[in-house]
Amino acid sequence: MDIESPEKLIELLDRHAYLADDGLATAVFLALRMRRPLFLEGEAGVGKTELAKTLAGLLGAPLIRLQCYEGLDAAQALYDWDFARQLLHLKAAEAAGVTDPRRLEGEIYERRFLLARPLLKALETQPSVLLVDEIDRADDEFEAFLLEVLSDFTISIPELGTIRAETPPVVVVTSNRTREVHDALKRRCLYHWLEHPSFDREVAILLRRQPACTEALARQVAEAAERLRRADLVKPPGIAETLDWTEALLTLGAQELDPDRAAATLGAALKYREDVEHVLGNGLLRRD
Amino acid sequence: MTGFVRTLRAAGVAADHERAQGFLRALEHLDAGVPGDVYWAGRLTLCAGPDDLPRYDRCFHAYFGGARAVAGPAATASVHRYTASVADSAEGERDGEAAPATASRTEVLRHRDVARLTEAERAEVHRMLAMLRAGRARRRSRRYESAHRGVLDRRRTIRDALKKGEVALLRRRRHTTRPRRVVLFVDVSGSMSPYAETLLRFAHALVRSEPRATRVFSVGTRLTALTAGLRHRDPGTALDEVSRTIPDWSGGTRLGEELKEFLSRHSARGAIAVIASDGWERGDPELLRTQMARLARQAHRVLWVNPHKGYEDYQPLTGGMRAALPYLDALVAGHSLAAYEELTERLAHA
Repeated sequence: MDIESPEKLIELLDRHAYLADDGLATAVFLALRMRRPLFLEGEAGVGKTELAKTLAGLLGAPLIRLQCYEGLDAAQALYDWDFARQLLHLKAAEAAGVTDPRRLEGEIYERRFLLARPLLKALETQPSVLLVDEIDRADDEFEAFLLEVLSDFTISIPELGTIRAETPPVVVVTSNRTREVHDALKRRCLYHWLEHPSFDREVAILLRRQPACTEALARQVAEAAERLRRADLVKPPGIAETLDWTEALLTLGAQELDPDRAAATLGAALKYREDVEHVLGNGLLRRD
Repeated sequence: MTGFVRTLRAAGVAADHERAQGFLRALEHLDAGVPGDVYWAGRLTLCAGPDDLPRYDRCFHAYFGGARAVAGPAATASVHRYTASVADSAEGERDGEAAPATASRTEVLRHRDVARLTEAERAEVHRMLAMLRAGRARRRSRRYESAHRGVLDRRRTIRDALKKGEVALLRRRRHTTRPRRVVLFVDVSGSMSPYAETLLRFAHALVRSEPRATRVFSVGTRLTALTAGLRHRDPGTALDEVSRTIPDWSGGTRLGEELKEFLSRHSARGAIAVIASDGWERGDPELLRTQMARLARQAHRVLWVNPHKGYEDYQPLTGGMRAALPYLDALVAGHSLAAYEELTERLAHA
């Protein structure tokens, strides 16, 4: 697909129900054109993961997701050998009287015994969108080897050889910034800091994603969300939370955000007990 | 465009050559005549974090918006206050070396409050502090090594089976270990000033013994990262360096706010958190309480080092201390060399 300008991209993303501003559209546009990974940083719930999903839909490419966590290692991120099938094959060969170790070795390290984990799968699937989600949760050693994969889009497997992506996948790396990610990795990428959406944009997003939502309700929710974000909470609600909150309100049949319903559904927007107590205790849901 | 990149560097954005190349390549795909395109091409390729963004905006407007001169971050006065005393003690250190300590004198020194030592005595304590080789508690890493007991090592079992033609022996492996991270917060407020230098020297010894697994911050009125400055081999140079970095010597302490900033920008997950402070909290003790609770949920252990703890009649009465107490794994002394040795032992076994 040829996307000739950031403006065109805004339009295409809009068609997939993702409202992007100039900055984000330019970032994605350049990532596609320059074939560079896009490093998205920002608070939780500002739409980083959603962007990767939308991008996959827009490009008609499968989304391959690698969720990072502490202790993530090569066997879970790159590839692993299918031990059970290798053993079965050896047993079968033994039964058939094959004993030549060279031949056996060649056989059990064939591609069919290799389990592709997300990074390898992304290199082998063309086209594809690779989402490396929450890189800040992985150990710093993991960054080093992600950097290796992202620099030349190859993976070398000692027993099999080097696997190279003919067309590199579109890569989106996200971070919630709970930890500083190494500069070498960021340097390989286009860096974009994603902010909470402006009031008007948030209203537009709520209306776009929740067709049953009235303009009045959307404005009230967006306004309440802005107030909550200013309220010094452990985890201020992101756009993901306001969408959930709106959905919860709509499920209860709310036409507007009255304090009782707001309090009853607050759990969709706030995820810490301290925050809920703080908001209810200080009457932050009341409009004045 | 290279002039713009130079301006950015002068303002403190780490826009190196590779990033500058990326900027030029990005412009090839956009319209270099449109300010918005230039703005985004630069921001996406030259910046590396939210801290860079305001600097980038300033430079961009200064450079493309007319006026070209952009000063680097203004060097703040008053931050050099500490340098003088560090230089003094460096003198003292040489004096200390000139007069070799006898064993019994050292033993006495070990237990004395550093705030009450003469310049020469303190220099000697600092010299011994520099020799402190701290062990470190270890945690499981994600790497493996082969072992007699442990989980099945499938890869090696298959390799062996290939060589022998049958599965004769099950190979096993287990996780290796690595040093547990320590995050140390050093209170540099006015009430802690007799201990600040000793604490920073202790911090230096910790960083030197486990550079990859130690993070040091100063707390007072602003959270400041000191780890990079403390990596210098020479304690005097390292102290000079961090003294220049710390913007809030001898002010008050707002530990609650600073812990909050730490917890939102960094993480103490799985680490041993060590707070060195007398607990004279100027901020809201309630805020400190909630932040200590968060820290305790994240960290593996939370230790508090209080110089006054070394005295028998000490009672944790300051507002900050009282707020923090329920969340501590231990409250330890921090007034003498012996106290630091004991703390080191704790870090080795926490």
